[in-house]
Amino acid sequence: MKYYENCRLLSQREIFPGIFDMTLETEHIAENARPGQFIMLYCNDGRKILPRPISICGADPDTGHLRLVYRVTGKGTGTEEFSRTPEGTVLRAEGPLGNGFDTDRSEKENIMIVGGGVGIPPMLFTAGSLRSGKTIVLGFRSGTFLADEFEKYGRVYISTEDGSAGTKGNVLDVIKTLEDRPDRIYACGPAPMLRALSSWAEENGIPCYISLEERMACGIGACLACVCRSAGTDPHTNVKNKRVCSDGPVFLSTEVLL
Amino acid sequence: MIRTEVSIAGVSLKNPVITASGTFGSGAEFSEFYSLDELGGVVTKGVANVPWPGNPVPRITETSSGMLNAIGLQNPGIDVFIDRDIPFLKKYDTKIIVNVCGRTEEDYCEVVRRLKDQDMDMLEINVSCPNVKEGGIAFGQDPRALQHITERVKKEASLPVIMKLSPNVTDIAEMARAAEAGGADAVSLINTLTGMKIDIYRRTFALANRTGGLSGPAIKPVAVRMVYQASHAVKIPVIGMGGITCAEDAIEFMMAGASAVAVGTANFMNPYAAPEIVRGICEFMESQGIRDINEIIGAAG
Repeated sequence: MKYYENCRLLSQREIFPGIFDMTLETEHIAENARPGQFIMLYCNDGRKILPRPISICGADPDTGHLRLVYRVTGKGTGTEEFSRTPEGTVLRAEGPLGNGFDTDRSEKENIMIVGGGVGIPPMLFTAGSLRSGKTIVLGFRSGTFLADEFEKYGRVYISTEDGSAGTKGNVLDVIKTLEDRPDRIYACGPAPMLRALSSWAEENGIPCYISLEERMACGIGACLACVCRSAGTDPHTNVKNKRVCSDGPVFLSTEVLL
Repeated sequence: MIRTEVSIAGVSLKNPVITASGTFGSGAEFSEFYSLDELGGVVTKGVANVPWPGNPVPRITETSSGMLNAIGLQNPGIDVFIDRDIPFLKKYDTKIIVNVCGRTEEDYCEVVRRLKDQDMDMLEINVSCPNVKEGGIAFGQDPRALQHITERVKKEASLPVIMKLSPNVTDIAEMARAAEAGGADAVSLINTLTGMKIDIYRRTFALANRTGGLSGPAIKPVAVRMVYQASHAVKIPVIGMGGITCAEDAIEFMMAGASAVAVGTANFMNPYAAPEIVRGICEFMESQGIRDINEIIGAAG
């Protein structure tokens, strides 16, 4: 079930330069949200007509609180408007949207959680919802955010491009040094990271589930703006592409062509 | 008791609000929010004789009070459409208007022939998509080509034919007259206005297709003007669209001469936009003492 509702902005702070941590009070969205899903958040500036897809970093079904950690994408953008929105303001949101990660996995399994940059927030919600053993690998450009919150869910490995924290390099430089093979991989991050990770996982025969991002208009599968290329003919579109918003955003890496 | 029923080419719509092709799929996604019974009609996403994969991404970008799209008429082809989408829409008490696209006149005719025995209400012929290289707009910018394809489609069609017109022309009245001369039962306008956006940080086009179709509130005054001009040029009904986001916008189009209105981009701004516009029109009629919606069609003069 999807909801379109007015949400009150309860709190917001900048946790890293350009990265904001927002909590919204929702009526139904938080209660129904699953890890890997996203919401469409609407601007109050009427000139910005399209809602912005933002991944869900956390959801409390009891309080209805929904946590979003997002990046301001530039001057004059919708995300900049969100970052300047004062507490108490009402924002419209639609969600929860998309399929999400399968978190109903056995505790005997070991799942590798991989997040890159602004792809990290949905992986926190995912890590917190899995009973399975977890190995967590987080990649940043320079400096870290949210990393400490992952520590209660499993062993956390960090890579930074400039070596300012953890291993100097990218997430794959870390993963290649790890001895234990995961049973599956759940990942969200920039396309080059997902591409490299998917090909490593395929070489090693590990199922790899990746969360994709694309420009969206409707967020519910109607407008066909946010398609990705698929390996086979998709049963809904009847062509070789899938809708990121409604068939995804999470796909088995072998289903899609990055 | 107010009367909201309007008639387009003998087809009666319970209210004048329909959806604009391409913004609403075949209705399934929006039916999770409200019953499609609330709408006068559903205009489906353009369908061709064979599946079309559409354009590369990015396919959309936002502009001030508008958006550009270059989806490229991705569609599953007429076979899947007939098997899946028409039976789905038949569950609802609303009119089914199927939008047809093609690359050649024969492509359009093939789809129209396939739809001959289908349980649906009207055809809308898309001769105005700015985002595909062949077909589409090529038929919609030359009055002779428009009249010719209208004549061919009309020969094949068993249902009323609406020709969807492009605003990317010098004289919309001439195009409306060409459609009428070809035998069209109605015209709908406007499709999107061709536009472009540059990403100044990447020094390239915001859309992979470079150009896209502009829609949303930004185009509404252009659309109202063209609906007014078209409705004065022809006797057939005009369906108005272009940036309608609220009941007041819809009423403006009707007063300019539209017999029905389509809600498009507003579906992205609020999933309940179309039924809220239906209710808003009723409220406006009650507050203004209007008993029959037909009183306001062309009321501006």
